[in-house]
This record gives sequence, structure tokens and C-alpha cells, in this order.
Amino acid sequence: MDKIKEFVKDFGIARLIIAAFLLLLFAVAPIFGVRLDTSISDVLTRFGMNAILVLSMIPMIQSGCGLNFGLPVGLIAGILGGVISLEFRLVGLAGILTAMLIGIVFATIFGFLYGELLNKIKGDEMIIATYVGFSAVFFMNMMWILLPFRNPSSVQGYKGEGLRTTISVEEYWFRAISNFGQIKVNKYLTIPTGMLLAFTIMALLVYFFFKTKLGTAITAVGSNPDYARAAGISINKMRTISVVLSTVIGAIGINMYQQSFGFIQLYNAPLAFAFPSVAAVLLGGASVNKASIMNVIVGTILFQGMLTMTPSVINNAINIDVSEVIRIVISNGMIVYALTRKVKK
Amino acid sequence: MKKDTNRYRKLLTGSVVPLMFLIISIISIPISNFSTDYLLNGIITRLARNSFLVLSLILPILAGMGINFGMVLGAMAGQIALIFVTDWGISGMGGLLLAAVLSMPISLLLGYFAGAVLNRAKGREMITSMILGFFVAGIYQFVLLYLCGPVIPFRSPNLILSRGYGVRNTVKLSTFGVLDNLIYLKIGNIGIPIATFIVIGLACLFIVWFRKTKLGHDMRAVGQGMGVSDNAGIPVEKTRIQSIIISTVLAGFGQIIYLQNIGTLNTYSGSEQAALFAAASLLVGGATVAKAGIPNAIIGTGLFHLMFLVMPAAGKYITGQAMIGEYFRTFISYGVVTLALILHAWKRQKDKDMDRESFRGNKDIIKEG
Repeated sequence: MDKIKEFVKDFGIARLIIAAFLLLLFAVAPIFGVRLDTSISDVLTRFGMNAILVLSMIPMIQSGCGLNFGLPVGLIAGILGGVISLEFRLVGLAGILTAMLIGIVFATIFGFLYGELLNKIKGDEMIIATYVGFSAVFFMNMMWILLPFRNPSSVQGYKGEGLRTTISVEEYWFRAISNFGQIKVNKYLTIPTGMLLAFTIMALLVYFFFKTKLGTAITAVGSNPDYARAAGISINKMRTISVVLSTVIGAIGINMYQQSFGFIQLYNAPLAFAFPSVAAVLLGGASVNKASIMNVIVGTILFQGMLTMTPSVINNAINIDVSEVIRIVISNGMIVYALTRKVKK
Repeated sequence: MKKDTNRYRKLLTGSVVPLMFLIISIISIPISNFSTDYLLNGIITRLARNSFLVLSLILPILAGMGINFGMVLGAMAGQIALIFVTDWGISGMGGLLLAAVLSMPISLLLGYFAGAVLNRAKGREMITSMILGFFVAGIYQFVLLYLCGPVIPFRSPNLILSRGYGVRNTVKLSTFGVLDNLIYLKIGNIGIPIATFIVIGLACLFIVWFRKTKLGHDMRAVGQGMGVSDNAGIPVEKTRIQSIIISTVLAGFGQIIYLQNIGTLNTYSGSEQAALFAAASLLVGGATVAKAGIPNAIIGTGLFHLMFLVMPAAGKYITGQAMIGEYFRTFISYGVVTLALILHAWKRQKDKDMDRESFRGNKDIIKEG
């Protein structure tokens, strides 16, 4: 009995409920005519699309900067990479890799500035990050109109200037990574090997980075700033590095999302990613000041699983689409729950 | 000497945002080509419409909890009350008063809940209250979209979506313009809704009076320092909850006043922007996250909405594209909140660093700070 209690405590009651809910949905899915293999295929694809975005939470959480509600800063860098790569009209892997490279350059610059800013306002990172994200998105809204992009597939048709709200990458690098080594098990189940491989590489990079001296120093800053200072670690420098890392991973993450989705979404679209990504890592068992790769994997599977399964199963069961409401309540409830948890020192 | 520079710095950080706003507005007014009458009318309408909502933010700031982004909970309570009053077909002043009375228990409950949650998130109240707003918005949506009709009975079928359950996306309110038209003064081309301003004045008086009561003093003490207040025997957590409850109830009234002016309710998106605009207004008026008064609220509301009024037109004339002005004013509303939050947090960190350095007796480092 004690063992069960300990397990529940370790695993977290919220996570347990969601996991049980998800299992239940999978169990009853066939009854309502939802194919299990289609569902699994969907969950895998969505996992591949979103996991890197969730991964981008880790560096900032580890360095004590809190949950990265400022994710849109990184997304904007990635989007810039995407639209600039379209200007060069590169196709396939070359196109998406160029997009990522350009995105990384922008993300490094943005991340540096963003990190320096967060160093000036320690203790209020999360609310300010949220508003920095909002402001950045609305600032870029003007830029998307004003910047001189020329590729006819990106700009608005009737005027020939100003980027479209959604730009199709179908003719350029649609599924360039998704199709890489893709395994079709049957008509319904496809395993997106390329995306899973890409996530694994990114996750391993992050994992090993936090094993290096620099990575350990960042963790030290997050878990005990006074100790870190006494050990001669520059707190501000470590925090800035972590913010740059988070921003860069966020930029790569959105490119991954775009190539699978088939569209580059501009204007207010980046706003829709920050809260779900934060919720996912928390759902995976991370706290405001501690996160691991395992949290990312478990959290993304649970969160995306829920998003995939609730519309299909519940709609078929009761003919009412409550998935949107469930998504809002669970993701924000998860964040509130994490924010109100006593921080373990 | 030290005190003087401090005061000077405080004045500067206090007025950076309002000054910036004044300059932006002064530049854009001539470009926007609006007539004086139009602008005056616009400002007066918007002052009447929004001031009450902005006032609802003052008490939590007094209690040291920052900007209560959770005021949208109150706004939702107000909307629910208005929907029911409209459903029952009660119009006129009676309808408005009934809505206000109805909103109170909902606001009280939600306010208590928000206060209790924020007590568990000390030091990060603002972000928590903001996400809490999103969370409750989800529940609000669930209740109105799925429970209204089958579970919660409705009298007027035209309020319900054609599928048979859920409230329509827009509701024409039965209380449209009730308060504004009660005493309406027209000077030349400019209309002034006197009754609305009287209600806003009453709210101001309430806040002035409240700050002088025992509870008001307690709130200020809690805002200055929770540890000290606790030692002095003030029930810290209870006081904080009370400040949030009052804020939520006032926000509920504020949203009712706002909506009686607009006339139609966007059921599912009506409260979304309420906190942003109210927070921006207050901060534009020179308030900080730690200090806000009635003048901040009123001046800020006027300035913010002046900008909001002229910016799209000015943007259109400058760039030739209507959307730029539209985006610019959204950017400015968010930017202003961002800037004010940054300035305040930055100053607080600098003060803290200075204290630490002077405590160590190391005077050279102070200059670098």
C-alpha cells in the first residue's frame, strides 16, 4: 500500500489522472468506430511535430528562468528562417536545413537580447516573458507586412507585397524530414521515422549538453544561485546561455512543425504554441524549476494523445465537440497547478 | 541627498510611460485628421465605458499582489448576470440593477477561489492570475456552451444556438444604454453620460474611503511586507483574499457598465481583452505594479483610449495600409504593459542589489550597478 502511495506521489496525481483518461479513451476507441492504428499514427505524428517545442522549455527551467512563456520569440526566429529559405526557393532537405540554419542565427541574436533582459528582472521572469512574447508577435505583425519578401508563394497575391497569413511549403520542403525513412506499416499506421530521429538527436544533444561542465554550471545556477556564485560561476552569463538555447531549440521546433504541417503560419499564430508547450512539459512531471528529457517525452505523448483522442472518441460517443474546452481547461489547469506548488529547495 | 535622487528617479520611472504616450498621441492626432468634436466625444464615451474596470485593479496593487489579471473572472460573472437578465426579458434600470446584484455572488465565489489560489503562488501572483483567467474562461465556456439549454433552463429560445443548446455567440442585451441615458447632457456636439460618471465617482469615493478603514490599512501593510504584517497580527492570507474578492466584484460591475454602453455581448470572447486594456490603461496613467491611485486610473484610461482612437487612422495615413495602424495599436497596448512591468522589476532588482552592496560596505560596486 505504501509502495502504491509512493508511486502515486512520485508520478503526480494530475499526471496519473490524465494517463488513466488517455488509456480509457484508447480502450473504448474501437467501440465507437475509431481505428486504433490511425490514432496511434496521429499521436506519433503530433509527437514529432511538437516534441522539440516542448524540449525548448528545458534549458530555461534548469537555469531558474522559469517556464518559457516567451517561446514566441524563438518561433519568430524560426518563421523568419522559413520564409527566408522560401525566398531562395530551395527544396527538400536543403530547404528545411537552410530554414533551420537561418532560424538558429536569428534565434541566437533574439535569445541573447531576451536573455539579457531577463537578467535585469530576476524574480518576475514568467509574467514579463509572457508579455515580451505577445509584444514580439505584434511587432512582427507589422514587419510581415513591411519586410520586402518577393517569392509569389509567400506574398499576398493581389498586392504582391506583405506576407500571407499562411504560406504553403508544398512545393518546397513539405514533409522533407517526415518522409525521411518513413515506415508505412499498413494503410492507417505510418511511423514518421525522420521526425522521431530528429527529436532523438535534439534530445540527446540537450541531454549530453547538461552533462558537460557548462551544462552543470547552468543547472547549479538554477538550483542554488548562492552556491553557484560562491563557486565562481557567472550567474547572468549562464542564464543568458540557457535563454539562447531555449530560443534556438524553439526556432528549430517550429520549422519541424511547419515541414510536417505543410504551412508556415504567420501573424498571431506563434501565440498558440507557448501555453500548450508549457502545459505539456508540466504534464510530463516537470516543475517550475526542474525538468528532464523524460518529462518532455511523457508530457508530449500525454498532451498530444489527449488532443488526438478527445475529439475523435468523445465526438463519436456523444456527438458533442467538447475537445476545445477540455484542452483549455486541462492545459491552463496544469499550469496553475504547477505555479501554486511549493517550490522544493 | 540620497533621498532626493531616489525621489527624482521614482518620478522619472513613474512618468516615462505616460510621457511616451502623450508624445505618441500628440504626434498622431494631427495626422489622423479627426475633428476635435469627434475626439472629445470618443474620449468621453470611452472614459465612461472603461474607467470602472480600471478602478477594479487598484486594491490588489495596494495589497502587494501586482496587477490582478484575474479580474476577467469578475468580467465573466458580470456577463453571466447580463445573459440571465436578458433571458428573463428584464430591461431598463431594474434589469441593470438586477444584473449587478446577480453578478455579486458569482464574483464573490470566483474571487475567493482566485484569492486562495494566489495565496499558494506568492511572488508570482501576476502570471498565476493571468493563467487562472484562461482556466476559468475554459469552465465559463463549458457552462455557457454545453450546459445552457439542457441543464440550465432558458426562457428565450432566440438566445440559444440553433443546435438546441449553448448560448449564441453574440447576445443583444436588454440593458443597452440604460445607465448612459439616465442623465444625458448634451453640450454642442458633445454628449456626456452624467449618471455613468456619478457611478464611477462613487467607486472612486469607495476606494478613497476603503483605504482609510482598518482593512485598507491592513492591505497596505501586507503590501509593504508580509512577514512584518504577520508579526503585527494581521491575517495576511485573509487580507489578500479580501483584496482579490473586492477587485473581482468591482470588475463584475465594471463589465456590466461597459456592456450596457456597447449593447451587444460577445459571449465567448468578450472578457478576453478586458484585463489587458485595463492593465494598460492603469500603467499608461503612471501607475506601477506596486503603486496605483485613482488619478492614474482616470488619466491612464483617457490617454490610452486616445491612442487607441487615433492610431489606426494615423497609421493608415502614414503607411497607406490600414492594417499597420491596427497592428501598431495592439503592439503598443501589449508593449506598454511589457515596458511598465520591466521598468518596475528592473528598479526593484537594482534597489535590492544596492542594498546588498551597501550592506557589504562596498561602495565602488554601487557605481557599476
